[in-house]
Amino acid sequence: MSNAELVKLSAAQMAEKIRSKEVSSRELTQAHLDVIEAAEPTVNAFLHVSGKEALAQADAFDKKLAAGDTEGLPELAGVPIAIKDMIVTKGIPTTAASKILEGWVPPYDATVIEKIKAAGMPILGKTNLDEFAQGSSTEHSAFGNTHNPWDATRVPGGSGGGSASAVGSYEAPLALGTDTGGSIRQPGAFTGTVGVKPTYGGVSRYGAIAMASSLDQIGPCARTVLDTALLHEVIGGNDRRDSTSIPAPVPPVAAAAREGLKRDLKGVRVGLIKEIGGEGFEAGVAARFNEAVKLLESMGAEVKEVSLPHLPYSLSAYYIIMPSEVSSNLARYDGMRYGLRVMPPAGVPQTSANMMAYTREAGFGDEVKRRIILGTYALSAGYYDAWYGSAQKVRTLVIDDFNKAFEQVDVLVSPTAPSTAFHFGEKTSDPLSMYLGDVATIPANMAGVPAMSIPCGLSDNGMPVGFQFFAPQRHDEAMYKPAAALEAALEEQWGGNILTKMATPWLNA
Amino acid sequence: MATFTREEIEHLADLARIALTDEEITRMQSELNAVADAIDEVQKVATDDVPPTANPVPLEAYLRPDVAVTPLTQEEALAGAPATDQGMFVAPQILGE
Repeated sequence: MSNAELVKLSAAQMAEKIRSKEVSSRELTQAHLDVIEAAEPTVNAFLHVSGKEALAQADAFDKKLAAGDTEGLPELAGVPIAIKDMIVTKGIPTTAASKILEGWVPPYDATVIEKIKAAGMPILGKTNLDEFAQGSSTEHSAFGNTHNPWDATRVPGGSGGGSASAVGSYEAPLALGTDTGGSIRQPGAFTGTVGVKPTYGGVSRYGAIAMASSLDQIGPCARTVLDTALLHEVIGGNDRRDSTSIPAPVPPVAAAAREGLKRDLKGVRVGLIKEIGGEGFEAGVAARFNEAVKLLESMGAEVKEVSLPHLPYSLSAYYIIMPSEVSSNLARYDGMRYGLRVMPPAGVPQTSANMMAYTREAGFGDEVKRRIILGTYALSAGYYDAWYGSAQKVRTLVIDDFNKAFEQVDVLVSPTAPSTAFHFGEKTSDPLSMYLGDVATIPANMAGVPAMSIPCGLSDNGMPVGFQFFAPQRHDEAMYKPAAALEAALEEQWGGNILTKMATPWLNA
Repeated sequence: MATFTREEIEHLADLARIALTDEEITRMQSELNAVADAIDEVQKVATDDVPPTANPVPLEAYLRPDVAVTPLTQEEALAGAPATDQGMFVAPQILGE
């Protein structure tokens, strides 16, 4: 099997080849490092490639496997993975794509990284993102744009554009992302890959660089539903170092995905969200979405429209809660203990307060500054109740809407984003239009419910369209079954994974 | 409708410890005013009878087991510091003149 064939396998298939000793973890890791070298000039998904460390991790796993010492390891053991640079990795630079953290080498691992390492999964490197995960196109990275592997003139989505592009371009079979308002799902939709935001608290946030703590969630990115499920099981579960971590085991998501592959959805009730769609959604997106809904019906699912009347308010509430929490969380970048320090220019008193102000001015980009200023306002004395307090009330209403909807249906569905991947620069001058692109993904973060995006076809412009599933809190498995069924039905129509329709000149080098 | 004046943004930047340039303040003023409309939208439904939600997945507070773990060493904790002296962080002068 050639390297180009090897890297196109699903992660589950790669794991099988490792177990049957057809391929070693080192060979698999090296194959991906070769693709990274060939593809990076086109996609630029990585901020740092940790090839040496990855090969050492692969060798350690291969030795264990040879010694028959892999009892109890997860199914994905030995399969390499890319990590969004929003998650701290001991000894490997972590920047959040911000100048304020340039060159920082964390002294500890995030809980999810400890789990990845314990699973014998080599870490290929750190992927690009919008600075501090704030953006929807990865254009706000301080270290350059990541390109969409389908069309290098278009954005990969954001904030996790690096992880999605790495997985989509076969640089990595798996990646981790973080999702505060859609940062895993929307890049998944834009790149024809699968991305999951688990239930809030379902995956430990210890070691995820905090953006908006009541919304942030780490989750898996991959090319198939089953692969995301297998990775979800590796990283999920209770962690006492995260006070919002749910004290329960990971839901049985891989079993649900396998069940879905049988393509029998009899008895599954699917709700179309009345408030997401219509105006503002591109015709090509709506067409692919509607065709996919028909496919769900053809497999036995009962489909009906459900109303969540407060959903239209969640975008506005999000744009109060998120910057408020950003302004608090990013207060820690003060030039004192780690990261950048810039002293005031001559003539300005050389005080700590001035050092902080000049450090933060030099270290943060425009979007981050905008959100910190807005959040500082929303949390300031006299405005807190009207702004942050009101937004938290909307959150109550949105949660109630989801609870009522899930009394009637098992899963809710919508397009993941109103559009397909847009061109560079198209939305940077108008923050509001960029924010509107998150209208379908934000409600899941507001309500803490799990949601995922899978590809459902190509729009008229040849770019992938995302199909989103929502499930009730703590029942992530409920969405994996219909998602896997839909994926299987679509792949039968396409004659394979949607990414087989994408040109990959970097694999022929 | 909420509106941001130039002075207000300067004050907020001071509170947030960001030395914004004049040009940044001008740009931010128009952008923030657009986003500030969000508050009008939210207040349409955020009535007195609706309780706020802080954590979307409510959990019982619990105490972790009282087990000693090894923290970072002093060397590790200081490894990323811009300036250190004798095992401590060095800060510029805290008070004014």
